[in-house]
Amino acid sequence: MNTSRSASLTLSGRFAALRLSGVPLIPMAILAALVLIALFADVLAPHDPEVGTLGDRFRPPAWLMGGSDKHLLGTDHLGRDVLSRLILGARVSVVVGFTAVIVAGILGTGLGILAGYLGGWVDQVIMRITDTWLALPALTFAIFLAAIVGPSEMNIVIILGAVYWTRYARVIRGEVLSIKERDFVRLAVVAGCSKRTIMRRHVLPNVVNSAVVLATLMLGVVIVTEAALSFLGVGVPPPKPAWGLMLADGKKGLMAGYWWLTVLPGACIMLMVLAANLLGDWLRVKLDPQLRQL
Amino acid sequence: MRRYVARRLGYALLSLFLLSLTIFLFVRATGDPAVLLVEPGASKDDLETIRRELGLDRPLWVQYGSFIGNLVRGDFGQSFYYRTGVLELYLSRLPNSLLLATAAMAFSLLVGIPTGILAAVRVNGWWDGAGKIFALLGLSMPSFWVGLIMILFFSVYLGWLPSSGSGSALHLIMPAVALGWYFAAAHMRLTRSSMLEVLGAEYVKLARLKGLPEALVIGKHAFKNALIPVLTLAGINLVIMVNVAVVVETVFAWPGIGRLLYEGVAFRDFPVVQATVLLGGVMIVIVNLFVDVLYAVIDPRIRYER
Amino acid sequence: MSAPLLEIRDLSTHYVSARGTRVVRAVEDVALRLEAAETLGLVGESGSGKTTLALSILRLLPPAARIVRGEIRFEGADLLTKSNAEMRRIRGKRIAMILQDPMASLNPLFTIGDQVAEPIRVHEGTGRRAAWGKAGDLLRAVRIASPETRLTEYPHQMSGGMRQRIVGAIAISCGPRLLIADEPTTSLDLTIQAQYLSLLRDLQRAHRLAMIFITHNLGIVARMCDVVAVMYAGRIVESGAVREIFNAPAHPYTRALLESIPRLGDAQERLAAIDGQPPDPAALPAGCAFHPRCPKAMDRCRDADPPPFTVASGHSARCWLWDS
Repeated sequence: MNTSRSASLTLSGRFAALRLSGVPLIPMAILAALVLIALFADVLAPHDPEVGTLGDRFRPPAWLMGGSDKHLLGTDHLGRDVLSRLILGARVSVVVGFTAVIVAGILGTGLGILAGYLGGWVDQVIMRITDTWLALPALTFAIFLAAIVGPSEMNIVIILGAVYWTRYARVIRGEVLSIKERDFVRLAVVAGCSKRTIMRRHVLPNVVNSAVVLATLMLGVVIVTEAALSFLGVGVPPPKPAWGLMLADGKKGLMAGYWWLTVLPGACIMLMVLAANLLGDWLRVKLDPQLRQL
Repeated sequence: MRRYVARRLGYALLSLFLLSLTIFLFVRATGDPAVLLVEPGASKDDLETIRRELGLDRPLWVQYGSFIGNLVRGDFGQSFYYRTGVLELYLSRLPNSLLLATAAMAFSLLVGIPTGILAAVRVNGWWDGAGKIFALLGLSMPSFWVGLIMILFFSVYLGWLPSSGSGSALHLIMPAVALGWYFAAAHMRLTRSSMLEVLGAEYVKLARLKGLPEALVIGKHAFKNALIPVLTLAGINLVIMVNVAVVVETVFAWPGIGRLLYEGVAFRDFPVVQATVLLGGVMIVIVNLFVDVLYAVIDPRIRYER
Repeated sequence: MSAPLLEIRDLSTHYVSARGTRVVRAVEDVALRLEAAETLGLVGESGSGKTTLALSILRLLPPAARIVRGEIRFEGADLLTKSNAEMRRIRGKRIAMILQDPMASLNPLFTIGDQVAEPIRVHEGTGRRAAWGKAGDLLRAVRIASPETRLTEYPHQMSGGMRQRIVGAIAISCGPRLLIADEPTTSLDLTIQAQYLSLLRDLQRAHRLAMIFITHNLGIVARMCDVVAVMYAGRIVESGAVREIFNAPAHPYTRALLESIPRLGDAQERLAAIDGQPPDPAALPAGCAFHPRCPKAMDRCRDADPPPFTVASGHSARCWLWDS
């Protein structure tokens, strides 16, 4: 069923608007760099991040006294190279962060569309579940789930997806409710399109914008949650280097003043979250001013 | 007003019911909940005993019934590690978390609201620019990292503040700031945008036309209106703080429910973990109810809503 | 003859964009005269600069706007030379203003009593109880029933007409000499408009108030005003006594405005509209701003902006047609 597409904005039309105005170079560059690092981590890391030399423990970064060029950013309590661990940690953050955000996004958007468009009991059921899950504090809920299923990289992604899909569902449902009233949807209904077709061809493209903005904004949150989980020991299991885990290890050397084990991993987290937030803010303004209340 | 409160109460009860159901189902969903609900290192016989005790072979709704029955009676299970009822354990630690959260909230409001107002009143000025940077950084820094950095600075380098434990006001400062930091940024942002919106409103224009001093225009007319969304957020954030404090409490060894949760995970003390999630959700529901009512007190328009 | 209550000479207010590139001449070269207890109608389409003119008098312009030159003499003193503190004492006390949307003008979180008593307490230093008492009297003066109950209620509990009366009460609370009303009836129901206008008229007579009535509705001007000034693109293109101008409009724009009002009994088939669109204030046509739409445009009109010419005593128009 081919109904008029002129009223419903196409994806390419939206992206054209994007190209016209100043793109935020810095956040995008940071995120792109992180993705590249994640992809080429094995090649980039100078040392094995998981194995250390015990004789080489707690070495400070190269520019300080006691540091060496062999370990540019120093070593941790097991003699492992910090720089290598940060690089591999980037991979973990990127993979877990992006995947979780996408999983949550697909789930949340899908359910949001169903709830908003179909209405009735489907809406009620989905909304009750959403409200309930929203009432559960995210971090606590994630810890709870991790305690049940046990930590592994895959599980963490699923858990984060399960915890955060509700954020999407709420917003998307709201959007769908207003899209439902627009003329091009009504035309499609009158023309006899099936509900599934309408949701897929008319509703979905119009909510993609919001979903993308949400995803970018959620990226920061997800990464911090993942870091928190790793810090508490229920995230990505050791010896795989996750930045949160490095912070937990770093705490051991904190009182002795081994600051680089704490400052550096945390700075990486902050950088990634900052980039995600900046990008998200910019996207929010550019793609849909109606979303400013997010 | 009474009708409004009654309705909100009804919603709250419904939420509580669904909450308990969700937790219940999740635990059961993994196939063999007995493994979780039994002490680590238990024998096969112990597992069997537990299975029979919990009635894991009976139909789901019967199990749920007894689960709810226990909850209502205050029986949230026994902690393996502490060997006492989880509820008492939780309640004994809760005041500490509340203290921490209150201090953190106070910090976030005392820093966030004035800076937000200043940024809005001197919009696009120096203060606004600095505020925007502060907000960005604050929202991007994980709270536990802020805590660790503070320990590095104030405990290790300067030796001014104790790095862990509780017991004196000095112990409270760093955890409160670490926890409140993110929220200070969030509150600043919201205050600023809310204030900007209010400053453009007609009644503010009229207040100026009345010849009122600028301090009165901003302090009385703009302020109260701008504060509404901020306080709503703050109320919700308070409970979020209590729950998110897990990591901060762990960093500072602050004896609150967050640290309790950490212990539950570290010692594989599942009843503690389950109860913490459940009670965390209950708290949020209760606070939402409270905030809704408070909202009605501040904003007279809400009271008359049908 | 005593000095006029309000005399404006040569007033120009411009909006400058952030980078100083675009300049909008919102008010250009305006001259006005208003006697005590007189009502001036300020007529024009949206964007003609009426509100900017009003805000210029009160010096409550947004930061992007600047009064570039001129003189605003009120009660003999030039308002443009006064300090902020002095202006504050004048606003609400000697010059008051009513805005268009009464719901938005009242703060939703405070009681009516609080808001009406407020200017009295600030300007006259009256105590709370006395001010509330006076507020009750004011509500009575604007014909609101059972004022004592109303004082403790909130704006959202009132009807639109009541709210606009309350705004009126606030305006007259400190006994101003001049009241500026910016389209006060536009958001009111038609049935209430007439009541409100007669209330304003009565208040004016009772308090010897001068009024500047900003509107785009010529019917209201005919009812309420003694003199009228027609604004177009920031300039006053015609001014004079109401009767004069309605009977013998001098400027083509005024003429067109009057002709576009449908009259009962006329055998008119189509509504006469003015050709074209109001000009973009940032890009005004050269010469006389109205010339692209003027049926009587001459070559001269394209080249130079006409100054005000005298048409009759007290009646002037900015039009080359009247260059004698």
